[in-house]
Amino acid sequence: MLKINNLSVNIEDKSILKDFSLNINPGEVHAIMGPNGSGKSTLSNILSGKKGYEISGEVLFENNNLFELETEERAHKGIFLAFQYPLEIPGVNTNIFLKTSLNAIRKAKGEKELDAIEFLKLVKEKARELKFDEEKLNRQLNVGFSGGEKKKNEILQMSMLSPKLSILDETDSGLDIDALKVVSDGVNTLRGKDNSFLIITHYQRLLDYIKPDFVHVLMNGKIIKSGGPELALELEKKGYENFN
Amino acid sequence: MDKREKDIEKLKDYKYGFSTDIENIRAPKGLNEDVIKFISNIKKEPKWMLDFRLKAFERFKQLKEPNWQKPKYPKIDYQDLYYYSAPKSMNDKPKSLDELDPKLLETYKKLGIPLQEQARLNGIAVDAVFDSVSVATTFKDELTKQGIIFCSMSEAIQKHPDLVKKYLGTVIPTTDHFFATLNSAVFTDGSFVYIPEGIKCPMELSTYFRINASETGQFERTLIIADKGSYVSYLEGCTAPMRDENQLHAANVELIALDDAEIKYSTVQNWYPGDENGKGGIYNFVTKRGLCKGKNSKISWTQVETGSAITWKYPSCILKGDNSIGEFYSIAITNNHQKADTGTKMIHLGKNTKSKIVSKGISAGFSDMTYRGLVDINSKAKNSSNYTQCDSLLMGNKCGAHTVPYIKNKNLDSNIAHEATTSKISEEQLHYCQQRGLNPEEAVGLIVNGFCKEVLQQLPMEFAVEAQKLVGISLEGSVG
Repeated sequence: MLKINNLSVNIEDKSILKDFSLNINPGEVHAIMGPNGSGKSTLSNILSGKKGYEISGEVLFENNNLFELETEERAHKGIFLAFQYPLEIPGVNTNIFLKTSLNAIRKAKGEKELDAIEFLKLVKEKARELKFDEEKLNRQLNVGFSGGEKKKNEILQMSMLSPKLSILDETDSGLDIDALKVVSDGVNTLRGKDNSFLIITHYQRLLDYIKPDFVHVLMNGKIIKSGGPELALELEKKGYENFN
Repeated sequence: MDKREKDIEKLKDYKYGFSTDIENIRAPKGLNEDVIKFISNIKKEPKWMLDFRLKAFERFKQLKEPNWQKPKYPKIDYQDLYYYSAPKSMNDKPKSLDELDPKLLETYKKLGIPLQEQARLNGIAVDAVFDSVSVATTFKDELTKQGIIFCSMSEAIQKHPDLVKKYLGTVIPTTDHFFATLNSAVFTDGSFVYIPEGIKCPMELSTYFRINASETGQFERTLIIADKGSYVSYLEGCTAPMRDENQLHAANVELIALDDAEIKYSTVQNWYPGDENGKGGIYNFVTKRGLCKGKNSKISWTQVETGSAITWKYPSCILKGDNSIGEFYSIAITNNHQKADTGTKMIHLGKNTKSKIVSKGISAGFSDMTYRGLVDINSKAKNSSNYTQCDSLLMGNKCGAHTVPYIKNKNLDSNIAHEATTSKISEEQLHYCQQRGLNPEEAVGLIVNGFCKEVLQQLPMEFAVEAQKLVGISLEGSVG
């Protein structure tokens, strides 16, 4: 589904990712763990289409050259990024935002757009599943939401859009145990043979709830070790510094 | 790109840019007593009306064109304009819509304004002004049953002279200022509304202004009177064809609210803004003023200003009656080379008067936007208050936004609050929306509509949807 081959990324002459390669097949859950500044967030920015980087190498998503697609075209093809810092958009009702987003993607895929009634039925169902406070759906997008609510809102959007590849950028940071549960429920519900995940995190804790197929350790812009879930536990025990 | 492609490209940008080929009757070019007499004569006006015009013209000759505004424009040659232009077929007054020139009906259909019976479905009474004359007013019978008068100004002068005489020029005197005085001398048509005592007007009243003829100024005059305890909501929409020369639009709008009456006046102004290089477009130099004459009266202006090469206007409220309320909600959008200097004046004269100003300015491209507002609290306006909020949103780094609030306070009991913000749409917000599948223009439309929400909410439903789309269209091409 996603093939990253020898990706190198620079920003203002500073090298962030070096010769980074990763292959994610349909249905797989990959976790990338690494300390601050290891290049984790850059990876999610690059995959989502954020501008301002010098890039070499190749990224293929279902055999499309990702770098030839605009950010929104990547979203249309099924790439979703749960932002580390979800944005506030004053004056824009959360429901309206969700509906606009869902219909933009449905339209691009040639599917029928949902009308207000169909949409509300779906969003209420998803909100209930994720224990997302329905009252928040009528508030301005992320304005006045707590950190945890913003993250839950990202997961709600993920489950509304059912993306093929979901990238979670430190979604677990700053979450209490209940919110963590909501996030992992969202992932586990969507998990299936066609839906893949790339979970970027500092901590092993989230992986107690979401069992990854692969764990990769990222340091200084390179994957230094890959393995199964046990690698996360080993990392937790030793710490990043002593891992080498 | 060949010429045809270019034309199509142009049409995409401003879909109201077509012109209609209709035979016109015009006054001779230029501005003089004879032209004014010609206008008055062709409209079969009584002598007092002609005297009103001539008095204004005498005054006009002594006035100098103001130049304190921020947007400058090339000198207008007032002798090189036509002051009256009307479709020829209107000369023998059609008695009903069926007798209207089909070309006119077609024009309004293209504009999305149904004048015929299907207008019924929309439940909005429409008065349509084409160049210098009002061509049709719908729903007249229904309104008449309640004693509501909604007709063209020309008709009101003929049929309701007492009301016109009593109120015309009482809010904007013939001696007021250069453009208002010019209007008083040469105004051609417009809408007249009278809501009798205690009547809540059961439908939105609407006027659509259309400039069609070239080299023609449009000087319409609107007068709305809400008698004691009455209510009316009035909508105004404007479009014009694309022409390379600039066209002048200098309207006067007067509102009068008596005791316990309320007038809500909404404008969606989409005059042709000129091309992307700033060639052509309408000069929109309009005087709009409301008088809260009676106690507990209320006047509320809502405007969405997206068109015109230059917008220069300050819809204002004179709060004379005790406990009266004035409101001003504004969205002004400038793109490419458009310029706007707009805001309001709130003049507090009566006791316990309140005013509220919410202004949202959005500038993109090479455009320039100024909010200019006056809050003037008189010594007798005990216990009065004003709240002003001015927000500016910049897109790109070649446009400008300026806020110029004037506050005059002669009363220690009064309470004045002013808040202002300037912001930019952040790259992060755009990226976030795009990641959710919106293209950059949809993303900007969404963010800008959020920014304007407080004002959009003030518009009647039918207009809110239209305005929301317009906000998106006006900013097309301004990202990336």
